[in-house]
Amino acid sequence: MQHARKSLKLLDGATFSRLVSESLLRLNPHWLARNPVMFVVAAGTLVTLCLTVADLIAGRPWGFTLAITIILLFTVLFANAAEALAEARGRAQAESLRSTREQLVARRLLDDGSEEQVAATDLRIGDRVRVLAGELVPADGEIVEGAASINESAVTGESAPVLREAGTDNSGVSAGTKLLSDSIVVSVSVASGQSLLDRMIALVESAKRQKTPNEIALTVLLSALTMVFLMVVTTLVPFASFVGGAASIPVLVALLVCLIPTTIGGLLPAIGIAGMDRAMRANLVAKSGKAVEVAGNIDTLLLDKTGTITHGDRQASDLLAVSQCAPHRLRDAALLASLSDPTPEGKSIVGLAKQHGAVLTADEATRFVPFSAKTRLSGVDLPDGRRIRKGAPDAIRRFVTENGGSYPDETTVLVERVARGGATPLVVAEDAKVLGVIPLSDIIKRGIKERFQRLHKMGVRTVLITGDNPLTAAAIAAEAGVADYIAEATPEDKLEYIRKEQAHGRLVAMMGDGTNDAPALAQADLGLAMNSGTQAAKEAGNMVDLDSDPTKLLEVVEIGKQLLVTRGALTTFSLANDVAKYFVILPAIFIATVPAMQALDIMQLNSPATAVLAAIIFNALVIPALVPFALRGVSIHAGSADSLLRRNLLIYGVGGLLLPFPAIKLIDLGLGLFI
Amino acid sequence: MNEVILIYMAALLLAWPLGRYLASIYAMEPGPSDRIFAAFENRLYRFIGVDPQTSMSWKQYGKSILKLHLIIAVLALAVLMLQGWLPLNPDAIGDMSWDLALHTAASFITNTNQQHYSGQAQLSYFAHMFAIVSMQVITPAAGIAALVAILRTAFARRDASALTADGAVVVGNFYVDLVRTIVRVMLPIALITALLLSWQGVPNTMHGAYVATPVDRTAELAEQRIPVGPVAPMVAIKQIGTNGGGWYGPNSSVPLENPTPISNFIETVAIVLIPMALVFMTGHLTGRRNLGLMIMGMMLIMSAALTTLNIWSENQPNAAFAGLAAAGPNMEGKEVRFGATATALWGSFTTQTSNGSVNGMHDSFNPIGGATLLMDMFINATFGGAGVGLINFLIFLLLAVFLGSLMVGRSPELYGRALEAKEIKLISITLLLQPVLILALSAITVAIPGLAQVSNPGFHGLSQVLYEYTSAFANNGSGFEGLGDDTPWWNVSCAVALILGRFIPILAPLALAAMLAGKRVAPTSSGSLCVETPTFALLTLGVIVLFALLSFFPVLALGPLAEQLTLAG
Repeated sequence: MQHARKSLKLLDGATFSRLVSESLLRLNPHWLARNPVMFVVAAGTLVTLCLTVADLIAGRPWGFTLAITIILLFTVLFANAAEALAEARGRAQAESLRSTREQLVARRLLDDGSEEQVAATDLRIGDRVRVLAGELVPADGEIVEGAASINESAVTGESAPVLREAGTDNSGVSAGTKLLSDSIVVSVSVASGQSLLDRMIALVESAKRQKTPNEIALTVLLSALTMVFLMVVTTLVPFASFVGGAASIPVLVALLVCLIPTTIGGLLPAIGIAGMDRAMRANLVAKSGKAVEVAGNIDTLLLDKTGTITHGDRQASDLLAVSQCAPHRLRDAALLASLSDPTPEGKSIVGLAKQHGAVLTADEATRFVPFSAKTRLSGVDLPDGRRIRKGAPDAIRRFVTENGGSYPDETTVLVERVARGGATPLVVAEDAKVLGVIPLSDIIKRGIKERFQRLHKMGVRTVLITGDNPLTAAAIAAEAGVADYIAEATPEDKLEYIRKEQAHGRLVAMMGDGTNDAPALAQADLGLAMNSGTQAAKEAGNMVDLDSDPTKLLEVVEIGKQLLVTRGALTTFSLANDVAKYFVILPAIFIATVPAMQALDIMQLNSPATAVLAAIIFNALVIPALVPFALRGVSIHAGSADSLLRRNLLIYGVGGLLLPFPAIKLIDLGLGLFI
Repeated sequence: MNEVILIYMAALLLAWPLGRYLASIYAMEPGPSDRIFAAFENRLYRFIGVDPQTSMSWKQYGKSILKLHLIIAVLALAVLMLQGWLPLNPDAIGDMSWDLALHTAASFITNTNQQHYSGQAQLSYFAHMFAIVSMQVITPAAGIAALVAILRTAFARRDASALTADGAVVVGNFYVDLVRTIVRVMLPIALITALLLSWQGVPNTMHGAYVATPVDRTAELAEQRIPVGPVAPMVAIKQIGTNGGGWYGPNSSVPLENPTPISNFIETVAIVLIPMALVFMTGHLTGRRNLGLMIMGMMLIMSAALTTLNIWSENQPNAAFAGLAAAGPNMEGKEVRFGATATALWGSFTTQTSNGSVNGMHDSFNPIGGATLLMDMFINATFGGAGVGLINFLIFLLLAVFLGSLMVGRSPELYGRALEAKEIKLISITLLLQPVLILALSAITVAIPGLAQVSNPGFHGLSQVLYEYTSAFANNGSGFEGLGDDTPWWNVSCAVALILGRFIPILAPLALAAMLAGKRVAPTSSGSLCVETPTFALLTLGVIVLFALLSFFPVLALGPLAEQLTLAG
């Protein structure tokens, strides 16, 4: 069930004009102050603007200063636009999920049992609303009465209806989803404006967004570097005059803007928002930005077997008769016992028996015995008095012993062989006699093993959680390539396992849906609740998967890692860029007073003026050029930490060191045509 | 060139076993050295009134460091300003002015030994021995103690940290680390070195200055006074403790401090011995052998690169001689006894280890050579001052961990302990203080007429000013001579650079180490950044070089680079 990612088209006409106005609006100093690096650029722009005006009034040449001012202004605008673009994409994503709900009307139940019509936005926590077939669910909540099939495509994009029922682990409903049948009563669990989607929207809106811990640390570092460069450039004034030179203020401002880490500074908010956005595109709703960031650090993933690793429908794959029993007798008994078994396992036994040549049909006097939790057996009572049963080995053992027979060692051997092969053994017996064993195999999903290998390379341990017995669990664990397994797992086992892992300092992620998963979800560092799950599970987790797709955990880890890698790579790139800029601007500043500085001009640029302009144009253009990296995230498909580091150092470190030389030279050549 | 390789080899060969020995001292392992030193140490603990069993939090450790330095600063100030009345003053040297005394005290309590005075003319024997030599023993030991505390706290291989009674992370006991360093390391090595130097003819006497009559009657000098004194022990301690302050003003270029090629060899090795040994110690003490080797590798690369460039530069002719038939290497300000290569090597080693001693005049190096010396001090983490150089390196390493972790998609962590905003703040402060302070003080000095007092205008003058503050902040101590630096401005502003350049880079990392140690340790997996790989080593190297270059390239361009280009052009 590979999730189909939604389109990643960056820009269209309508958003473009909105982007322009957004970027201009964000020139407001209040807004700029949130980002120290870009604030310095904006302040520099103001300085050069004042100088331009002063030159104009005094009748001095003003073109060069004006050019610097304009380019610096664009540097700020590009950074604003990057943030606005990321925000617009995130918001559009969230809005499309929310829009359906805006005009919803709810049927609120009053204490006396009557109903009243209210707007969905007026609902409060604890209100009970009735929803009828064909209506939209007005608010997030939990079914307290009834069961219904629901189309959740408005939220998940999947049009296949799903069943939701009161009192089960699948009792949660989301606002905007459509009831296809029946009627239910929903207890509203989230006040209007507080729903998951509302919280998600807050994470992509810069004004409301809180910086994540990691982003704060990076901002501290970038501010410190900005301070160093501010000092470097300011002190150049007395140094220059001491050696008998002079540095013009506009050029110094240009140098400052080139040196401070504008690339990462300008893109940092966009990267953070885009991380949330990528999560949302995968239909994941995070309750905080921190949740996504933590995902990159996960050491241990607890995965439910069913649905994640296997397809979840077990198929009979063989008929293993014991030595005293003719194979056709087992075949026929298995067929009879399964003819009216509606489960996928039962159907697969019928199919297999028929493949092996069984032709029997049940006659009217045959009485079917359905599966009961007490006996844990199912089967048939035949008109001739024979009783055929199938079930788990221990249940069959009790059945045969009660009928005065004995349970042969041979069966135990067969059962173990089947279990060790990763299949679930189903034993068939007739009265006091065991006939044979049918292995029910669960088919491992394609590509899952490779996915685990990739996670393993990234240092993530995967742990299989299954209700199977330890032998089967071990076999499946080996086949799927997971590091560990918890067999016959209860919710308490999961909680215990998480605590144990955390005591070793590991960060644990798990997915769950049931109310009894809630403690484990809350304990896990990353608790991913399924949207189909109960409200308790959704409350306990720090992320909700709208698709209720158990493989999503894998995606979450990758999104988290990508977020951090993007920040690190662009920071390195931004700093490495500075070296080239020194070689461009320093000779340009000092060549007039120190002719020997010519030697530093290793790129042989046209003139000091074009050199300075080329450097700041490059500096400004890098921001929009890297927007796709910021929004889509840089690739993390290199495997182990060391190879990833080598790759990123080479691309963003060495690349960042070298790229500006030819790029600035090209821009300078272009400018030379006009100036 | 062979002598250079020989000295590197000799230093590394001696530093290797010394590193093991140092690790055994700080791991508090009982050993044969206890038999020799323990009784004396215990008497010392009783004398200074400390209990060697107490454990200190970083705050207590830091406070003890500050307290000790405050006491010795006050004592030094008193001795310097009152030396005229104190004994052991056969040459009747007068008291120091307040500002010169302030600078001198600041310089010596910070293991810098920057001298705005001339030793033989302005210091009595008493001041030399009590205000200078005692600090040359105590201050490197304090630096080493701080390093050991940081390594023990944040880098050692262990799961949980011990806690003090009020729940703070234990970093060690400052007095124990200090006393063990002095008694078991500094004094024995100094003793051996002093004996070797005496053997080579360095004076070691309490006799006053000798008076000699010049043979050359045409010189207008009736008699020459030749100051002597207990020179050998002071020279020994000045070299091994990354101090640098010599008995004589011109330091180890004076034949009485450095008489022979063998003494020059001994002193050159002594300069780098302990800083190198501390790197070897790191591997043993933390149980991370690869970390120690990786740091050693990176430091050797930085050292070799800048030393080679410097030696090459000094073997080029002085610009004034260029074009002459037999130009030869740049011998201005160098002793003919040592030649260009040995002097350049000495210059590189001392600036790399923040040892301020000289055997030639740095002021007279060719501009590129002078720039490598400045670069050594900007980096200040190539071996570095006793203890503190390695601390500086670790701060750069943490910065590289931050960037590297992000690049592998992990929240930054060092050996499983998270580096968060608080830690990054401390790293940032430690790092940005250096360029901000050096550039700001240099700028003020050249901006206000009359402050600089440089002997040369223009590019070289700028280099002189820059060098002085860089040397002060790096706690190096050497100077571009030709600077009229005994003025209130120079004395006071340098004292500020000295003190901030010493204590912030010790206390901030100490706090950082304790913060890290208090954190939950996450196990490392193949997904976490491993710091003991060549890739990470390259990243760290890149971070160090980039930070130094980005901070100082413009001023280097206007100073030495412009000078070189102008001279060449």
